[in-house]
Amino acid sequence: MQVSLDPSHARPAPADAAPVLHLDGITKTFPGVKALSEVSLSLYPGQVTALVGENGAGKSTIVKTLTGILQPNAGTILLDGAPVTFPTAQHATDAGITAIHQETVLFDELTVAENIFIGHQPRTRFGLIDWAAMRTRAREILDRIDADLDPDMPLHELGIASKHLVAIARALSVDARVVIMDEPTAALSHKEIEELYELVERLKAEGRAILFISHKFDEIFRIADRYTVFRDGQHVGEGLIAEIDEGELVRLMVGRSVDQIFPPCEHLVGDEVLSVSGYSHPTEFQDVSFNLRKGEILGFYGLVGAGRSEVMQALFGVTKPSRGEIRIDGTAREIRSPSDAVDAGIVYVPEERGRQGAVIGLPIFQNVTLPSLAQTSRKGFLRLSEEFALTREYTERLDLRAASLDQDVGNLSGGNQQKVVIAKWLATKPRVIILDEPTKGIDIGSKAAVHAFMAELAAQGLAVIMVSSEIPEVLGMSDRVIVMREGLIAAELAGDDLTPETLVRHAAGIGA
Amino acid sequence: MTAFLKSREAILLGAIAVLLALIASRFPAFVEPSNLARVFTDTSPLIILALGQTVVILTRCIDLSVAANLALTGMVCAMLNAAMPGVPVAAILLLAVAMGAVMGAINGVMVWKLSIPPIVVTLGTMTIYRGLIFVISDGAWVNAHEMSPAFTGFPRFDILGLPMLAWIAILVAALFFVMIARTPLGRAFYAVGGNPGAAVYTGIDVGRTQFMAFVISGALAGLTGYLWVARYSVAYVDIAGGFELEVVAACVIGGISIAGGAGTILGTILGALFLGIVKNALPVVNISPFWQMAISGTAIIVAVAFNARSSRSKGRIILKSAEGHA
Repeated sequence: MQVSLDPSHARPAPADAAPVLHLDGITKTFPGVKALSEVSLSLYPGQVTALVGENGAGKSTIVKTLTGILQPNAGTILLDGAPVTFPTAQHATDAGITAIHQETVLFDELTVAENIFIGHQPRTRFGLIDWAAMRTRAREILDRIDADLDPDMPLHELGIASKHLVAIARALSVDARVVIMDEPTAALSHKEIEELYELVERLKAEGRAILFISHKFDEIFRIADRYTVFRDGQHVGEGLIAEIDEGELVRLMVGRSVDQIFPPCEHLVGDEVLSVSGYSHPTEFQDVSFNLRKGEILGFYGLVGAGRSEVMQALFGVTKPSRGEIRIDGTAREIRSPSDAVDAGIVYVPEERGRQGAVIGLPIFQNVTLPSLAQTSRKGFLRLSEEFALTREYTERLDLRAASLDQDVGNLSGGNQQKVVIAKWLATKPRVIILDEPTKGIDIGSKAAVHAFMAELAAQGLAVIMVSSEIPEVLGMSDRVIVMREGLIAAELAGDDLTPETLVRHAAGIGA
Repeated sequence: MTAFLKSREAILLGAIAVLLALIASRFPAFVEPSNLARVFTDTSPLIILALGQTVVILTRCIDLSVAANLALTGMVCAMLNAAMPGVPVAAILLLAVAMGAVMGAINGVMVWKLSIPPIVVTLGTMTIYRGLIFVISDGAWVNAHEMSPAFTGFPRFDILGLPMLAWIAILVAALFFVMIARTPLGRAFYAVGGNPGAAVYTGIDVGRTQFMAFVISGALAGLTGYLWVARYSVAYVDIAGGFELEVVAACVIGGISIAGGAGTILGTILGALFLGIVKNALPVVNISPFWQMAISGTAIIVAVAFNARSSRSKGRIILKSAEGHA
């Protein structure tokens, strides 16, 4: 890597330097969930610390704690050895902590310069915004990071990589001492990633402490100096990257006691129901082929953004694939819309319950019968008694707890809302059910009910596809697992090959 | 029952009762059945249009072109009658509904297929439809003496003490109750407005549902166009000018959420009646009709503030013990 350093900024820190920021005993609980349990984290000047952990390990929560968005229930934050608190995001910014998020939190309609200085614009002596000074200083900062951007360009004309540069320029404009990068390369191309790495080197050379969150092992080993591993909200290890290898890091990440009990999966796998071949999308996924049999639970594992949900949305007719074929019971079917998919016997329980699942404001029974109105109505008129009967049948099977089926779904808990959405789809009597992150964000008790029900569905001969990012769930529920990485199928695993390590290795692209 | 007492509809009903009682205390004649029937008849066009607007707003849209649609259809009906007095009223009714539906469909197609925001589409067509009236009429009026007795007599035709206009409003309201409660389309209006994302995943075509709402709203505007022109026995460029805002106001006062997906048919009817009573009572109690606007405006703001409050208190229930009691 070729980085031209300005000597005045180069302050390489000794390995035993004191941490600029040190978190100790941080605990954060949400109703019913302990997101962080007495975790510690140290960030050193001029060094990159990689924060590693599965989804749900507590990485985002610690970032929110550091940036003043969440307040911890217990624990101390030491800045240069002195205890501090960040009651608001502004306090964190003032303390020199800035975050560059997965999706940049910038303003599309404002210019590059305005984005860099928003909240601390240079002022004239009359208190008005000094545009000339703002442009000049923006130009200086952009030059410092070799970003060839016009300060007057509106942000929405920039690509995602350039937006990251603006976010970094913003970090420099407040002279940030701690820069948090939350999966900054997730949406970048190869060339853009290289440029980002150079920038990280530059920030290091300027003596800034960097917290780097990533799922990609190659980049962790390339740019990080230290690592910290979280698992299930707990700190499970830290040290120097030079003293650890990939295998050990994976083991730290996943090595858990399986404390959830899954229903026994003795599925009588029958005939092939669904076969997908050469399924491709211009930008999301390519050459996805798999088959699914009656009574089988097929797991789809991968990192966030690996293309799993995108494949499922195409199967369900929400997006249009460019190539490929779907066969149901051996007959080729064309699926152009969700109603085609429902007709073909495929249903999809989406991940985003809020946006894609239940209709808040409608009562439970109207949510359940929404896709089945053709069956419950006669000559174009709805029959409420049929609707209630259908709803009662499926909500009872799911053990839905509600005062009445006439109740607004908005008043139900997350777990019960999920049950309403699942009941809605089961009522269409499907052949194939796709469950996208079926237990995300719901409490343990409801999780167990959903798992038990999933097993029951398979036992009744339904073919189940389960997209999940939770390793215990994937291992505990699936007969077979397809691992996706960057829009491609990375591996198909079953039997003895199904271990936490193999899943993570294939998902992260680590050679076996 | 307690749920009903707390509902928007019950509060509106109470407000209407209080309003009537206040007026009756000084002008008992106002609440005599014959006068109430007159007030209802007078409010009928507002009720019909507000019902059409209700389904549009339920799907997260708005139709500002209803009054212009009404005026254009009314002018076409009046000119047709003046030119060919022999055309039967049934044919004119059919023409009015069809013309209105086509104008609604034009709005709907632009929202559905071109994804133009409804407020922009209907602001545009509102001006175009209004302009077309001038083009076809050259700005001239069609007066009572040019209209046939059958044409002007239809809305006033008396059945059981109520004129045809009032019966049509009652019929439209009844059809709406059935459509909303008992047809897949009625359910789709709520689903599309309540959660468009979920509606797509359920196999409901969001754009097509919004298109249907515009067609219904347009058809009712067309129907009202003929009734309006016939009732007042005059057609000119500016009839029902600004009436679209009164229509939207009736919906909002009736509890139809501008954010879509919430509200009832009964609410809209009561909202329209509330405005109608205020409008008819003010001249009686000798208050300038200009106050009517201020009163309607206040009612709208109170109603929206009420909506915002009731939706705020409906947060997520976190306490397990509170679940099921909601």
